[in-house]
Amino acid sequence: MDLLINGVHKHVNVDPERPLLWVLRNELDLTGAKYGCGEGQCGACTVLIDGVAHRSCITSTGSVAGKQITTVEGLADGKKLHPVQDAFIQADAMQCGYCTPGMILSSVALLHKNPSPSESEIKQALEGNICRCGTYNRIVAAVQKAARSTTASAKERRHA
Amino acid sequence: MPETSSFPLNRRDFLTSLGGGVLVLFTLADVEAQESGHGGHRREHEPLPRDIAAWLHIPATGEITAFTGKVEVGQNIRTSLTQAVAGELRCSPGSITLVMGDTAHTPWDMGTFGSRTTPTMAPVMRKMAGTAREMLADAAARRWNTTRQNVDVADQCVVNRASGARLTFADLAGKIDWVKTIGRDDCVTPPDKWTVAGASLPKVGSREIVTGEHKYPSDHKLAGMLYGKVLRPPSFGATLTSVDTSAAARMPGVTVIHDGDFVGIAARDEHLAQKAIEAIKAEWKQVPQISSGQLFPYIKSKEEPAPPPANAAQSAKTLKSTYTIAYIAHTPLEPRAAVAEWNGNGLTVWTGTQRPFGVRTQLAQAFNLPEKQVRVLMPDMGSAYGGKHTGECAVETARLAKGAGKPVKLIWTREEEFTWAYLRPAGIIEVSSGIDSSGKLTAWNFDNYMSGPSAIESPYESPNEHVDFHEVKSPLREGSYRGLAATANHFARESHIDELAAAAGMDPLAFRLKNLKDERVRAVLQAAADHFGWSGKKSTATRGYGLACGTEKGGYVACCVEVSISGNHHVQVNHVVEAWDSGAVVNPEHLKNQVEGAIVMGLGGALFEAIDFADGRILNDRLSKYRVPRFSDVPRIEAVLIDRKDVPSAGAGEIPIVGIAPAIANALYAATGKRIRSMPILPTLQA
Ligand code: FES
Ligand code: FES
Repeated sequence: MDLLINGVHKHVNVDPERPLLWVLRNELDLTGAKYGCGEGQCGACTVLIDGVAHRSCITSTGSVAGKQITTVEGLADGKKLHPVQDAFIQADAMQCGYCTPGMILSSVALLHKNPSPSESEIKQALEGNICRCGTYNRIVAAVQKAARSTTASAKERRHA
Repeated sequence: MPETSSFPLNRRDFLTSLGGGVLVLFTLADVEAQESGHGGHRREHEPLPRDIAAWLHIPATGEITAFTGKVEVGQNIRTSLTQAVAGELRCSPGSITLVMGDTAHTPWDMGTFGSRTTPTMAPVMRKMAGTAREMLADAAARRWNTTRQNVDVADQCVVNRASGARLTFADLAGKIDWVKTIGRDDCVTPPDKWTVAGASLPKVGSREIVTGEHKYPSDHKLAGMLYGKVLRPPSFGATLTSVDTSAAARMPGVTVIHDGDFVGIAARDEHLAQKAIEAIKAEWKQVPQISSGQLFPYIKSKEEPAPPPANAAQSAKTLKSTYTIAYIAHTPLEPRAAVAEWNGNGLTVWTGTQRPFGVRTQLAQAFNLPEKQVRVLMPDMGSAYGGKHTGECAVETARLAKGAGKPVKLIWTREEEFTWAYLRPAGIIEVSSGIDSSGKLTAWNFDNYMSGPSAIESPYESPNEHVDFHEVKSPLREGSYRGLAATANHFARESHIDELAAAAGMDPLAFRLKNLKDERVRAVLQAAADHFGWSGKKSTATRGYGLACGTEKGGYVACCVEVSISGNHHVQVNHVVEAWDSGAVVNPEHLKNQVEGAIVMGLGGALFEAIDFADGRILNDRLSKYRVPRFSDVPRIEAVLIDRKDVPSAGAGEIPIVGIAPAIANALYAATGKRIRSMPILPTLQA
């Protein structure tokens, strides 16, 4: 089966029923997606499929063949971090960081749909992601920061 | 040659492999001297003097490496300890590598818990780095034929004040070759002169986290590694009566490991391992045991008769109330995980634990090996909160790897983590008290059954006091939790104090200030109340204000909350102000982050977290059944830090959790007139 992950074609020989999370982690060594519950409750395993956030623990690998899969490893542009990644560091929006890849990808998907979300829109969009360390308010601040910096750079581009 | 004779062989080899340069060692006795009043915790299995507590190495290349047996679990000590070392060495934190929690390379450490890192390990790291700095400065001064006063240390260089000449740490370290065991304080920078520490440094390693590069214990992978699964009994204490593994054993790519009651699988991939474990047929003998509904009657049946209320006669009013505390689960987002590899009789295990050296002992005992043949490494993990002291997953993984003859990885499922880890103990707390007509406490009796003695001592002044913890055998496996029983004891005490304030017809803040003797508790209480605007707040039927305060382990906390109640007892915590004093502040941003995180975690236990169990099974063993706080539960949180440069820093990972539960209960009482004496609150409020 062919998978398109972070812009690269990968061939894997796996049971199509096998959850994408474990194929990413164990067959392709992309461990940025984490296991937290295996039932779509915590968001630690979040990846983007055609730009939309999905829980890879309950997504069968067969169902995403041929689609664009983005994991946290594919967000940065070479050495340059994605604005959301950068904002998480600036806002100190993590403690153990285990929820962070899932939070970042859910936020990227949100900002894609809604470039300047309100606080309650952010909370609503991320409600399915658990941070057991409780850094929720910092995550909201990070997403707001990222939203500001992406709108600012979009404006710059328009005026350039 | 350095004096390394008291090292175990692998450590001596390791030190030799480091080559020359500056090597500073610090003894365990020096660390224990930090623990004033604790008398020094000695290891049970290891005699001193294998007593190195931490060390620091600067080789001829100038690369600074510091070693500590502490581990990083999200509490950001990798950052704060790096700051401490960088500050003393007058260099940037980026130039320091901190090696943590590796039993082959780092000094022995009891474990990372009890908020001990900041008060005990940070001063040691400072002294070590300060000593190294002075050694380098002295060496440079000698070279220039001048004295220490005439040289400065900055940016990994020693600078000659008169000539402006510079020698880098690398230049100097290449010429020095000795070990120094030290116990001097005079080289340590006082908090008011801190430059690197005391400021907010972004988390060390955060870039690797946001890019997904950081390898947590569950991410570790070895060549040829198999994936494990363990057959679990249907209930606690069940024993295996018969098992048929033939179907699993016939699957290609599957190895069955069977040894007594232990049955497990090692397979080519996790999918196959799951199928194989499901193919095993087993019969178990189960034992009857109590369920959630019988818990409090069970604890009650173990109660001793309470002592007569002390001098109730002098009291204008007396009160007696009982508080109950449920079992709750730590639920670290990364469950237990391990990778184990055998090399002849040597065993290496990567695992998520707060006690790598304790897990090494557990492994050595399980396989009857000398400890020096076991190495445990602890990559920075997906949190613990007191829930990962034990090494059961490490032992299981090593058993599977031994049986399969290949390295094995085992990640516990969420259900396994809920069921086979341990819980924060439940308990009952009985309080009886009296006040005189002016609102002064006349009697205070406080009996905690089963939940634990932490923070059981009251900071309130009472002429008659009786405080006692009564051990009761827990029906479920219990263990350490962030703050231990300090949360339960604060919940009972601060709820009861609020009840007394109401009985006295006094404002809860005024009543506390009238009876509190501890100056630091008074100071945080006042700070929180001022910041919150307590005196201007009037509770209504739909909006309540409550406060609570307390102290434990050198941390002082006061918490004010606003809650709103709507519809059928829907409770939303809107706003929390928490004042916090743990002495000199090391990293203000990370300290705030810890305080906020503790409040969020405490909110879960306050309102809705509770383990439901029956017949030796955890009924809510999934995140879809066990509710933890999410975005929508989280209030606006303001942490008011009180930076006491004159007081040594205490740890802050735990005690900020203790104020939120009673503050919420008190706010709900202020709004509804209903006093909820159980944690969690909502099931009772909504019943
Ligand atoms: S692991 Fe997929 S949502 Fe929790
Ligand atoms: S930072 Fe630990 S779970 Fe979010």
